[in-house]
Amino acid sequence: MQVYDVTLKSRLLLGTALYPSPAIMLETIRESACEVVTVSLRRESGQGRHGQDFWSLIKRAGVRVLPNTAGCVTAKGAIQTAHMAREVFETSWIKLEVIGENDTLGPDVFGLVEAARVLCSEGFEVFPYTTDDLVVAEKLLDAGCKVLMPWGAPIGSGQGLNNPKALRRMRAHFPEVPLIVDAGVGLPSHAAMAMELGYDAVLLNTAVAKAGDPVSMGRAFAMAIEGGRLAYEADPMAPRDMASPSTPVLGKALQ
Amino acid sequence: MNIQCNEKPVEIIAKNLAAALVELGYESMQVATAINGEFVPRSMWALTELIPGDHLDVVAPMQGG
Repeated sequence: MQVYDVTLKSRLLLGTALYPSPAIMLETIRESACEVVTVSLRRESGQGRHGQDFWSLIKRAGVRVLPNTAGCVTAKGAIQTAHMAREVFETSWIKLEVIGENDTLGPDVFGLVEAARVLCSEGFEVFPYTTDDLVVAEKLLDAGCKVLMPWGAPIGSGQGLNNPKALRRMRAHFPEVPLIVDAGVGLPSHAAMAMELGYDAVLLNTAVAKAGDPVSMGRAFAMAIEGGRLAYEADPMAPRDMASPSTPVLGKALQ
Repeated sequence: MNIQCNEKPVEIIAKNLAAALVELGYESMQVATAINGEFVPRSMWALTELIPGDHLDVVAPMQGG
């Protein structure tokens, strides 16, 4: 998969939050063979070491980081956060989130497009957390985004793909744009479905971090994503309404 | 002077942002800053004068989804 001129072997992007311990997070990253993890920024006092320790751990994992603007509810806040993230994490990649309301943590697509336009013009490589709305998607591409990240379901809900038909339309409408399902995935089968629809990758966090065994779940997602991708590339059969015998009937002796 | 650092009142001797960050314990930490909601890049820290009542935000890496 290619995103912003970077080639990735793994199509799984993992969040770094909510794990039972830093050691389990690190092991999950390694065992899932993911190459990109999402990270964030928070206020820290001059006496705190939490952020520095976390950053050392991530650097040790040897993965690429995708900082987010989680928690931002305005374009301005997201833009300022993106600038701070670029300086701290030394990357121009930014997972752009502008949250519109709290029940679904759905994106404020108006603020999102506004922030994307500014950040792209300032040299950021923007990964916008968006909906499956095609008009919004077009505007994000016009703003300069070269990848789109529609949600599967509300963040952290684990519901899977709430609207697979819309996601399928999005894939068909943007055949050349890298598309990553971001948010709402709960099970490896959900991720496999996204991949079978032709999505390029899946970004998730809670489904792995809050599993009873995050390390195994990380591996399960990696396998499902690989399987789903392989199935997509293998050109699946079209579903039919009526049965069609798979065993040849010609020459059968007894009825 | 009195400023707000991460929403908490602090009394500092420093006059500019670079000195204030050292005084507040952020020296050698991987952090980024904003004053009154506006990002201030590291390259501007020494040139950024603080005034009483400024709201300074200092952020560090943290886990995220």
